[in-house]
Amino acid sequence: MSDWPKIRTVGLSGLLVTFAGEMSEPANRAALALRAAVEAENWPEVSETSTSLVSTFLAVDLAAIRPEEMRERLEALLESRDWQEAPLPPGRTLWHVPTLYGTDLAPQLEEAAAVAGLDPDEAIRQLSTARVRVLTIGFAPGQPYMGELSETWNIPRQKGLTPSVPPSALVVAIRQLIIFTNASPTGWRHVGQTAFRTFRPEAKRPFALSPGDELTFPAIARVELEKLRDRDESGQGGAEREALS
Amino acid sequence: MSAALTILQAGPSMSVQDLGRPGYRAQGLTRGGAADPVALYEGAALLGQASELAALEMAGSGGTFRAEADLRIALTGAEMAATRDGEALAWNASHSLPAGATLTLGGARNGSYGYLHLGGGIDTEPRMGGRGAHLAGGVGGLLEAGESLPAGRDRDGEVGLTLTPLDRFSGGEVRIVASMQTDSFDSSTLERFTGSPFKRDARANRMGVRLAQEGPGYSTEAALSIVSEVVVPGDIQIAGDGAPYVLMGECQTTGGYPRIGTVLPCELPRVAQALAGASLSFRFVEMAGAVRLQARFAADLAALRGTVTPLLRDPAGMRDLLSYQLIGGAVSATANPFEKET
Repeated sequence: MSDWPKIRTVGLSGLLVTFAGEMSEPANRAALALRAAVEAENWPEVSETSTSLVSTFLAVDLAAIRPEEMRERLEALLESRDWQEAPLPPGRTLWHVPTLYGTDLAPQLEEAAAVAGLDPDEAIRQLSTARVRVLTIGFAPGQPYMGELSETWNIPRQKGLTPSVPPSALVVAIRQLIIFTNASPTGWRHVGQTAFRTFRPEAKRPFALSPGDELTFPAIARVELEKLRDRDESGQGGAEREALS
Repeated sequence: MSAALTILQAGPSMSVQDLGRPGYRAQGLTRGGAADPVALYEGAALLGQASELAALEMAGSGGTFRAEADLRIALTGAEMAATRDGEALAWNASHSLPAGATLTLGGARNGSYGYLHLGGGIDTEPRMGGRGAHLAGGVGGLLEAGESLPAGRDRDGEVGLTLTPLDRFSGGEVRIVASMQTDSFDSSTLERFTGSPFKRDARANRMGVRLAQEGPGYSTEAALSIVSEVVVPGDIQIAGDGAPYVLMGECQTTGGYPRIGTVLPCELPRVAQALAGASLSFRFVEMAGAVRLQARFAADLAALRGTVTPLLRDPAGMRDLLSYQLIGGAVSATANPFEKET
């Protein structure tokens, strides 16, 4: 019997199922699939669910529901299938987010390429054709951590922090990409700039992305990004979407 | 929606708050809500209305307000010197605030967050299912002088009521349960953590409260290998500087720092209200004990409405004391007229 998955209580706020001790694609897939399965079970005790990189959280009021009872039900669900092999949940979206690489609007493209051992053109070619998945959302509302890029992009975070990258910046490190929700200091390298807003609190659909969605970042010219910024008020930033089945 | 209350002068951190905005954790937004939700229940009990209604949260100090309509108000949470057109008002009580009257609330004296409630609640447009500002998440923001707040329809008329607030203003012992990484701290570290009190650091806000202590910081080897995972309000996170932070309602949804324990939800208002420098200590309880404490807390909140009593006027606050017929009210030479009715 392996150590994984592990079920732990989270204070009195719920239970967490963790599938692995480090980030991996199958463990992330398992977390997403388990969340979908728990949602489908519709247990009245579960008020909400969420995932992080390799774990699934069930919000349950443990002052009202005995943890053992939820644990038993969860164990039964966990034993019902091989989660690392589970298909990704349906109802996901594939997004194509136009991105300007490099220039003064994304000034660390060349540096990131050098750390990855690529020339800048090849770095842009790889980043603009890679298809990544929303592994988790966090740090700020709607902010996606996406991956995994090829091993080439297993580059460390910078030692020092960039004082501030703007909202909608595309940054890279450790085989992952992030689109920043808000202006923020970061150790990740700023390689691209989009006009895609991940959190739109005034909109009917405040969050653009859901965990499990997939994205590509096709390259555009600076003039196109400026056009998008000028005329797009929706926050969509010219992104196109298609349903994944 | 018409203006009910205009902010003439605002303290540094004033926002509309309710019981929070659940349901968005998967998308990176925590529930947020009042730093001291007990105050919302107390305000609702005083005004005879639903606890879900929004109120004004004031961190550190209050402000000056003008009523634009005849209002009922209640004052709860950390006590602030309160006057209505210069006349002192009791805290933990409901009052009338006639149109044109000016309400002035001073600095918080015994806690960190004071609350001003309106009859009918603050009726701003709900956003994503709530009215509260989530400052860290960028939903809503701080209020400033010149802004006006609408009130909902007030169905009750009674004022001049008071209650004894639930005890949470003096720091002291805070009960916690084991958390995700509690086991990874060695026993001497855990003994030190529970054995000596902390001081509530000046660094505290709606996201978290830093705790300070003499001596070395806290650490565990496990810190290096945590894959970012869910964090919840109440979690006591050991940050890179070795100091514990108690996460509050506006914390992030996930984190990668080790957590040494989790404050029970019923104890979190005590952490929120502790003044900078106040002493806080931690004691682990088993899950069963935690459930009992939480059940008692829920019962205390539910019982609040039954504890509301008429406010007896404090003569110190009577500007026109000489115009009162004091003798006429005296029926006993020994009874204390200022004792609350039970």
